[in-house]
Amino acid sequence: MAYDLERYESFGVERYRDESPFKIHGGCGLAGICDESGTLMSGEVAIQAMAVQRDRGNGLGGGFAGYGIYPELSELFAFHMMYHDTAAKEAAEAALSESFTIEVAEPMPTRPVKGIVDAPLLWRYFLAPHPHLLEERELSAEDYVVQVVMNINSRVDGAFVASSGKNMGAFKGVGFPEEIGHYFRLEEYAGHTWVAHNRFPTNTPGWWGGAHPFTLLDWSIVHNGEISSYGINARYLEQFGYTCSLGTDTEVAAYLFDLLLRRHKLPIELACKALAAPLWSEIDRMPAAERALMTSLRAVYGPGMLNGPFAIVLGFNGGMVALNDRIKLRPLVAARSGTTVMVASEEAAIREVMSSPDHVWAPKAGEPVIARVEGMEWPIHGELHLGPAEISCAVTGTEHSCEPVEVAV
Amino acid sequence: MQQTFVQPEFRVKIDYDKCHKCGRCVQQCGWGVYDFAERPIPHDEKCRACHRCVTFCPARCITIEKNTLAFRENDNWSVGLLKAVWKQAETGGVLLTSMGNPKPYERIFDHLVLDACQVTNPSIDPLREPMELRTYLGRKPDSVQVASDGAGGFTLAEGAGMANNIELATPIIFSPMSYGSVSLNVHRSLAMAAERLGILMNTGEGGLHEDLYPYQDHIILQVASGRFGLNPEVLGRAAALEIKIGQGAKPGIGGHLPGEKIDREVSATRMIPQGTDAISPAPHHDIYSIEDLRQLIYAIKEASGYKPVGVKIAAVHNVAAIASGIVRAGADYVYLDGFRGGTGAAPAVIRDHIGIPIEIAIAAVDQRLRDEGIRNQASIVAAGSIRSSADAAKAIALGADVVAIGTATLLALGCHLCQSCHTGSCSWGITTQKPELTRRIDPEWGAERLTNLVHAWSHELQEILGALGVNAVESLRGSRERLRAIGLDEQTCKILGVKPAGM
Repeated sequence: MAYDLERYESFGVERYRDESPFKIHGGCGLAGICDESGTLMSGEVAIQAMAVQRDRGNGLGGGFAGYGIYPELSELFAFHMMYHDTAAKEAAEAALSESFTIEVAEPMPTRPVKGIVDAPLLWRYFLAPHPHLLEERELSAEDYVVQVVMNINSRVDGAFVASSGKNMGAFKGVGFPEEIGHYFRLEEYAGHTWVAHNRFPTNTPGWWGGAHPFTLLDWSIVHNGEISSYGINARYLEQFGYTCSLGTDTEVAAYLFDLLLRRHKLPIELACKALAAPLWSEIDRMPAAERALMTSLRAVYGPGMLNGPFAIVLGFNGGMVALNDRIKLRPLVAARSGTTVMVASEEAAIREVMSSPDHVWAPKAGEPVIARVEGMEWPIHGELHLGPAEISCAVTGTEHSCEPVEVAV
Repeated sequence: MQQTFVQPEFRVKIDYDKCHKCGRCVQQCGWGVYDFAERPIPHDEKCRACHRCVTFCPARCITIEKNTLAFRENDNWSVGLLKAVWKQAETGGVLLTSMGNPKPYERIFDHLVLDACQVTNPSIDPLREPMELRTYLGRKPDSVQVASDGAGGFTLAEGAGMANNIELATPIIFSPMSYGSVSLNVHRSLAMAAERLGILMNTGEGGLHEDLYPYQDHIILQVASGRFGLNPEVLGRAAALEIKIGQGAKPGIGGHLPGEKIDREVSATRMIPQGTDAISPAPHHDIYSIEDLRQLIYAIKEASGYKPVGVKIAAVHNVAAIASGIVRAGADYVYLDGFRGGTGAAPAVIRDHIGIPIEIAIAAVDQRLRDEGIRNQASIVAAGSIRSSADAAKAIALGADVVAIGTATLLALGCHLCQSCHTGSCSWGITTQKPELTRRIDPEWGAERLTNLVHAWSHELQEILGALGVNAVESLRGSRERLRAIGLDEQTCKILGVKPAGM
């Protein structure tokens, strides 16, 4: 397919629209590390894990999310913003100040790094919702934040919210991940959980907002894979009101987690079993009660099953979950060293970061690796009640997904 | 008798140099084509081109040719139309025919192609890896509710989970064909094959012969407008019940079974007098609206101990709205029958001109149910006509849960699509009740051929899934992204939800 590069020059929502008609194919590398004791690790750890996996990307996208990185401001929503130009910045800041008390507004600390060019304007804000607005609109703070994210991503041309959670942040852009990491001076941050991604898109030039992780509130998702069942997964989600407008598999995986964990209230272990379902031959050998549960899970969530090669790491304030596809068509290695759990596409990344891990293993197909930070709560989204259309819109910034979709109950 | 204007369609040619003069052709032909006077003498006008004689001639000396009489060229008046006018001028009657619509309407399946994986995602080798076709037919809950099992694990919450679904080993079932229209040996073959395959056969509207009781867990029993052969006891003897509203070959009209085909056994099974025509009413006389259908669905559920109840409809213009109503009325599956679907007897004018293609119907219904958020509440069974595993895969990709095959099963038993089922003289012993013909099908032989056919198609479905890089059929179901259209107009692509090839 011939590409008109000029179409990709504009930044922001327009680019999403341009990418969206095409399914984005790609291979990738990823890593996730979590200290279950809550001890903080420098972002350099995540950079190291990705640097040895450089060959898994092609320099068209790298990114990180760190948790526990803003301990002094942990009660405020941290917004990492990307702006195409100053006009976009002004418009977005107007929207932010209308909705929040802006406690801190500052440019993202960066340094010049060879290989990183054409960076958008990068700013971060620490925000508290105006309490009277929450009361007036009868919304939780999380609902409110998602609405603001949705509004900025879809309506403010040239502005994009890279992350919006508390005590966490996403750092991503076009470049190799170690370059992006150093550009964002990640070694100056310390977090209990890091997820990282190296992108190898095959059919788009890549752009800053399109790099992984995808985030919403404190969720972040990095993904290596190609969901061969994308078509039906997207149509299944549409039935619940989500609009899959990016044409990326990652978006579908993110919404499926939202549907299963938040809306259908499945425990994370079972949500993983729905997305990477065991084979019928395994289910048939299970004890009766488990068999009944798994049979229902598979029959009901069959259209949501992610089929095809993938490895996913889902990060959040309470830890992380890594999941491989049901027949392990993409690499994922896990290790534990004391209280630290790490996953990566390649064992090299683990050996680079952990000098002598207690245990290194290849997680079985569909067996999630779950790391929980001690003492942290699990309702991952906080008090989020919004509908799927709003979730879609906030994640993708495509306006048509803001139209509420009526869903029969 | 007046001379008919209608000339024979076929010429039966015998190479008398090779002919053994054994008379087997005379014995094999159900249509009475042959006289025998030292050697077989064919009467071309009776020949249906069913090839029974050709197949069993020990000397292989018979050929059937088209009677290629020349007419002055006329693109408007085809020879078929001329013959229809002559026949009707002779008889004053409705022209009857059988099997599916043979007219040259666009065959959409033949304009759809499937995807395959390369490099960015791998194909999967179905000869070396699991490739799952298991399918559950029936209503699914919106979500799965779980509870803690008290030991750190989880269990289904009380009353949650999926009830009343039928497990199918492969997403292919047999479509309804009534005992009466086909012989009991055909029904036995289908029932035995369904049991061996882990799938379902469907009685059609002629009731359930007691010889089939042992197979009842693999049988769908139809409740049609004629209500033939039904009582509470029989309703209990099926895996699922199906209300037949319409049939793809004859939307808007009921079943026709001429009295000649109603012998003692058929009469006992249908619970009607021997030798009477069994003409089903066009509508169900207790269903004049959707709320009436709901009552019947629940009446049958009550009477059968809450077995799954499906509703079969013909694919017509507003099929999506009808299907939505059916799902909301409580059906566990909707059976869509396209306008190419077969029949044992139908007026040619109805078969050839009413209804819409199954591909369109699947796409419209699947999308409508998704738009309304009720797709999980019922399975979609698609039929009419699924001619190959490729058609099955494409139907599933468009949104069908299961495909049903009828014509293909009869072909497996010898049918040559001569479109003469309504005459009751089928030389292959399929659509007849004449004992000397029905005994031509040994149920054991028939079951083996049907089992082979479905196994072969299932293997081919596995090959297709492997090429698509998925290892379970639910990842193909409704995944229109894996289809592309070649040579379909934009509007049709839009309705199908399929992009043109190259996009």
